[in-house]
Amino acid sequence: MRPVYVVSGGVSKFKKARPDKTFQAIVKEAVVYALQDIGLDYRKFLEIVDGSVASYFSDHFTRQLMAGIMVQDYLGLTPKPSHRVEGGGATGGLCFQEAWKSVASGTMDLCLAYGFETMSHVNTWKGNEFIALASDVSFDYPVGGFYSGYYAMMVVRHMKEYGTTVEQMAHVSVKNHRNALYNSYAQKRQKLTIGDVRGAPVVAWPLTRLDICVMSDGAACTLVASEEGIRKIEKATGKPVNAVKITGIGRGTDAMRMSDRPHKDVILLPHEKPEDYVGKKFVGGKLKYPGIHSFRAGRVASLNAYKQAGITDPLSQIDFVELHDAYTSSEIQTYEDMGLCRYGEGGEFAASGKTFMPGIDYGLKLKEKPVCPVNPSGGLIACGHPVGATGLMQAVFATWQLQGTIGKHFGDKTLQVKNPKRGVIHSHAGTGTYVSVSILEKN
Amino acid sequence: MADKTIPTQIEETDDGQILFNVPLPKNPEQFKDLSPIILKQPYHIDYIHSYGQDSPWFAGLANKRLLGTKCQKCGYQFATPKLSCMECGSDCDWVEMPLEGNLHTFTVCEFGSEEFLKETPYILCLVEFEGFNTLLLSRLIGVNPREASLDWVGMKVKAKFRRNSKFKPTDVYFVPA
Ligand SMILES: [Zn+2]
Repeated sequence: MRPVYVVSGGVSKFKKARPDKTFQAIVKEAVVYALQDIGLDYRKFLEIVDGSVASYFSDHFTRQLMAGIMVQDYLGLTPKPSHRVEGGGATGGLCFQEAWKSVASGTMDLCLAYGFETMSHVNTWKGNEFIALASDVSFDYPVGGFYSGYYAMMVVRHMKEYGTTVEQMAHVSVKNHRNALYNSYAQKRQKLTIGDVRGAPVVAWPLTRLDICVMSDGAACTLVASEEGIRKIEKATGKPVNAVKITGIGRGTDAMRMSDRPHKDVILLPHEKPEDYVGKKFVGGKLKYPGIHSFRAGRVASLNAYKQAGITDPLSQIDFVELHDAYTSSEIQTYEDMGLCRYGEGGEFAASGKTFMPGIDYGLKLKEKPVCPVNPSGGLIACGHPVGATGLMQAVFATWQLQGTIGKHFGDKTLQVKNPKRGVIHSHAGTGTYVSVSILEKN
Repeated sequence: MADKTIPTQIEETDDGQILFNVPLPKNPEQFKDLSPIILKQPYHIDYIHSYGQDSPWFAGLANKRLLGTKCQKCGYQFATPKLSCMECGSDCDWVEMPLEGNLHTFTVCEFGSEEFLKETPYILCLVEFEGFNTLLLSRLIGVNPREASLDWVGMKVKAKFRRNSKFKPTDVYFVPA
């Protein structure tokens, strides 16, 4: 396999509704931005790009089958090759990895990964219904199952097994909303307190509205290249490319129905030992895994990606993470899956300060200094979650972090992590059914 | 000469959306300033859904029997039926389930999908059963949703069945035992 790089990216402003444009035109906003950022003329881009991958989750929201090809032709990319990927909330992360595959395999030198979702076409509760169709329609949805309910059941078990508290969860909401104050792309930019989060209306006990991300309209894209592809761009623009290297790709899956998840032995990361998960602090004296408190798919995705990138101690070897915080609780669960802390320690870790940004006053008493900022952009909770675009948005923000260009793109340097060498993006579907982890490094 | 029996004009009808006098700027250069035209359309279908190999589970509920499945080879037992074993890939057989179990977890839904909004607040739960390796998603009735507490986890619960079966998984639900 060949080395693969991210050359540039673009994100449309995520909003509750974008009736001013159809999905094709919203994607084009992101593409034009990505090209302007490297000074690549659109017509020249059409000449040298080899193909694309399209990412969008729901045909219900568009009420249009084969929406991907409509973006492809609107962008002027026909007759070049393309295909659509779909994997629920992880669709964007999977799309990014499909673009990587196209380039790593030698099939393409330049591949455009684009994604979008337009969720404003139905009211919020109908939207919840559409999304709930991404759970078993024979056994889960008809019971009244919907995503906030599923995540609430998972975190109730997490609280029962590990002593995780709602205040620890609220720390994630305060952090991500506050980070977003400095991100002009974010949909919700708010100064919140723990009291605000807990005082918000409950959606599914114990999750409140401020523990949960919102629905959005939006698009994002990344331009992925081989070394040969970079040379083609540099020849076309006459300028050096500030590329970021993709050094690890991992994916995992788990059963659609939460009820089907096994209760077996934990899957260990290189820095963990079996003894870590035996003892009185675990119900029955030993961690039963994944149960419904942990995401086995996230662990497997991390394990595979870390192996490829040579990561053996994630917290000390990763400089920042953009992860799929559709819920404050799932950010905490994901800390554990990714090995940023041990299983069972996620709640404490969330409130420790280790995942916060340096130099920002969160209005919280944090015991520890920042070690590895998680969701410096504000994450899904504050940026919004237009499903097919989300994983690509993370790839764009991570690229900008590693390029050192956050100040240029956000119009504010506050969220620029200091000299980052390595960032990780994590995209997640369903109740942890598909998860992708990709590792990006400064070139 | 035109044949007068062939219509040359599309028929004007009163169905669907009818907009009269839509404003449009005179100058084409201003067309891009036009506000988007947004239409609300009905979207309803009768969908034919088959429970397929899971059908006996629903027929069981109609007869006040709770069924699970058991792997023919490795003996793994599924509290939500699966006819193919996730552990070894063998076929599974239908088995009778106990009508009592323990609450593995729960939540009180104050909101939900549009279809279920009118039922809020309702309680979703996952129930664990002695001898079964997986759980069952169901509704918990008979406790006050305003008194939700972590202490509910582990509670002994028993199955009850709807008298008038609707062939939905809610034909069974759980109450404190
Ligand atoms: Zn088996």
